[in-house]
Amino acid sequence: MSTVVILGAGTVGTMLANKLRKALPHDWSITVVDKDDEHHYQPGYLFVPFGTYTPERVVRSRKAQLDRGVDFVIDAVAHVDPVHQQVRLASGRQLSYQWLIIASGTVPRADQTPGLLDERVWRTSAFDFYTLDGAAALQDALESFEGGRLLVHITEMPIKCPVAPLEFAFLADDYFRKRRMRHKVDITYVTPLDGAFTKPVASAALGDLLEDKSIRVAPDFAISHVDPEKQAIVGYDGRELPFDLLVTVPLNMGQQFIIDSGLGDDLGFVPVDKHTLRSQISDRIFAIGDATNVPTSKAGAVAHFEVEHLVKNLEAAIAGEPLPSKFDGHANCFVESGHGKALLLDFNYDTEPLRGTFPASKVGPMKLLGESRLNHIGKLAFEKIYWNMLLPGKPLPVPTEMSMAGKIPAGHRS
Amino acid sequence: MPTNTIDGHTFAVNDEGFFTNREEWSEDLAVILADLVGIEQMTEAHWAPLRFMREDSAKTGVTPTLRRMQAVGGFDVKDLFALYPGKPAKKMAYLAGLPKPVGCV
Repeated sequence: MSTVVILGAGTVGTMLANKLRKALPHDWSITVVDKDDEHHYQPGYLFVPFGTYTPERVVRSRKAQLDRGVDFVIDAVAHVDPVHQQVRLASGRQLSYQWLIIASGTVPRADQTPGLLDERVWRTSAFDFYTLDGAAALQDALESFEGGRLLVHITEMPIKCPVAPLEFAFLADDYFRKRRMRHKVDITYVTPLDGAFTKPVASAALGDLLEDKSIRVAPDFAISHVDPEKQAIVGYDGRELPFDLLVTVPLNMGQQFIIDSGLGDDLGFVPVDKHTLRSQISDRIFAIGDATNVPTSKAGAVAHFEVEHLVKNLEAAIAGEPLPSKFDGHANCFVESGHGKALLLDFNYDTEPLRGTFPASKVGPMKLLGESRLNHIGKLAFEKIYWNMLLPGKPLPVPTEMSMAGKIPAGHRS
Repeated sequence: MPTNTIDGHTFAVNDEGFFTNREEWSEDLAVILADLVGIEQMTEAHWAPLRFMREDSAKTGVTPTLRRMQAVGGFDVKDLFALYPGKPAKKMAYLAGLPKPVGCV
């Protein structure tokens, strides 16, 4: 019997397993491995700290999202042996594969910033919202926050859902306004990049948003460590930014087994061909979603677009044919901007985010690179689409390849 | 797409002046551009990270982050801040003929 093993039953591992079950012959077995049976709706993490979503709302069974013809194994992955085509699990169990797909996402690594895990800081005055328990702990911290300096901080790129910290800053502004204490809170967005908006078209269209909301920006901040005594983050250039509340996005890395198996780069992301998603180490291994090193955003939308390509490429690889399908880096996302509004972005490897509307038919038109109420509703409606259409692999009214229909090329003034 | 011309060499740049074609870059041009970002004298210590960035990005397709410069290239981030004050990531990308590190917006 031929076997495909998928490491990871998150957004992309689940979508892929369900699509492959329909695409592959019945006598092929598909096995998905993950450490537990909790599938998290990760876009919901953003809303937990503000009390909009409860932590329970974002969790469902992983197994229940998988096609019945898919085998689900609950175990952590310890090691991959690409020569003997074997995966060793934490329990000691071995799984053999003909084809392996790594869909194991990213891990926020607070341990990579010296001082951050100090008990005077971690989950006392410093929080992350890239884990569910972090987001839940942050909700308590925000509720009891009496004012002071709030830093919203990114450690280093790449991070999963790269606009989430910006959205957090917007929603925090909104949250404190509603509590009538915005005047007591000094919000600073701290980034290793040269600004909150790094692409000229986005900074031209959105640059005023931060100023309008009185959010400061500390750019080019390369964090060296956290000083628990001073309650400050310290940069390599000597800058010290004190905080009363630090909301940080820790360094995002791939899973440890990828590094231990020699399949990853320095951050544990799997180097793949950016169009075919095939591993550069082994022809029998593909990687997808956040786990790869492809130079586009680490986000569910990207993973969704990748799935179609990977299914076609895997079918071709099994048949011994050249890989036909070329992923173009297509990404889109809603960006919550507070006050019940959101922005919508759409871009790929070669194209900057565009203004205009998206897409022309079925679900639209939504305003690209502009704030609107409809975009906000679109973002909230996505939760249902995620569980009921995206994970089961039902067709979505969104094209996989980027289309220029309804969009205004960068530089064009409307 | 705008272009820049220095000493008779014309090269394509983006709206912020960064090279859009890495093949049009040369060390001679980097020396002239260095002056524009406040680096008076390009020493060997200045060149080493730029060379690493060009080699590394030729393989990965992206400009390395400061963390990668330290983890893979063996450079101390503090030294990079001393060599290229204020905005080392941006200045070094500019002088190496590579795109600056960006987010998705």
